[in-house]
Amino acid sequence: MNLINGFATTIKHLLERPVTVQYPEQERAVRERFKGRHALKRYDNGLEKCIGCSLCAAACPADAIWVEAAENTDEERYSPGERYAKTYEINMLRCIFCGYCEDACPTEAIVLEHKYRLSFHDRRDAIYTKERLLDPPPAGAPDTPWVTEPGTFDRAIPIMQDPD
Amino acid sequence: MGITPKLGELGVVTTRLEDAINWGRTRAMWPMLFGLACCAIEMMSAQAANYDMSRFGMELMRPSPRQSDLMIVAGRVTRKMAPVLRQLYDQMPEPKWVVSMGDCASCGGIFNNYAIVQGVDEIVPVDVYVAGCPPRPEQLIHGIMMLHERIKHDRISDWA
Repeated sequence: MNLINGFATTIKHLLERPVTVQYPEQERAVRERFKGRHALKRYDNGLEKCIGCSLCAAACPADAIWVEAAENTDEERYSPGERYAKTYEINMLRCIFCGYCEDACPTEAIVLEHKYRLSFHDRRDAIYTKERLLDPPPAGAPDTPWVTEPGTFDRAIPIMQDPD
Repeated sequence: MGITPKLGELGVVTTRLEDAINWGRTRAMWPMLFGLACCAIEMMSAQAANYDMSRFGMELMRPSPRQSDLMIVAGRVTRKMAPVLRQLYDQMPEPKWVVSMGDCASCGGIFNNYAIVQGVDEIVPVDVYVAGCPPRPEQLIHGIMMLHERIKHDRISDWA
């Protein structure tokens, strides 16, 4: 009788289905708010959202972000407003995926997405440059830089309408 | 010619020596646990039922360096721990590999200060760096599979 009592849990688990996720073939979906690899977003018309203000770099507790801004001109326009991010680098081995950059961004340009396969053979490969972070332009939209009419796209943030 | 008629329908499998050795090395790579901080929790989770690293022939986390092939440095390494890490690495038999798991082991991570070694590659040669704070068990398994891919391309001429 003691034997049956002792093995009760074991026998119960023998009849259950295994819980193992066969990882490389089968993946467990991440939570909706999971913070993975960053992406730099664009507006629907194809302009970059990042305006090079470096607030993300200031908010970063691990000093993983390096932003260098440059002036937008009408002949060479990357983002609405005065400036754009000329270099934007994130060291994925420094980043702790806390999402403070996402909170600090005034234009919602940087978003932590759901990709998490971040392994490197070399430490230098871990530095993601702007080319690797920036999303491709949406379908039909031209890639940056643009040639624009003077007087258009001169505000970094769209004009807000007063709520009723 | 002599052996073929006797085997009948069985057939013969041939391979190269280096492929056979690399296959053996990747399919039975015993990791040494070097859990130093919170990354160790994810390393335990990768070993447990949900992710089960024994599917890759890594069922035993050896607490002894003399029985292990792979050192998973999981967590921040303090300057006081660094000589211990190096000594344990020296005690591991060849061939040996190191996976630097998580931000702190890879480059100091958030702890950019005098107490923490800014990356274990200052003291031991690292093969794969796994980013994340801490990395998910999938990320660790992905890093280990990257290491396996590299080992599969090892050549005998490089071993000497």
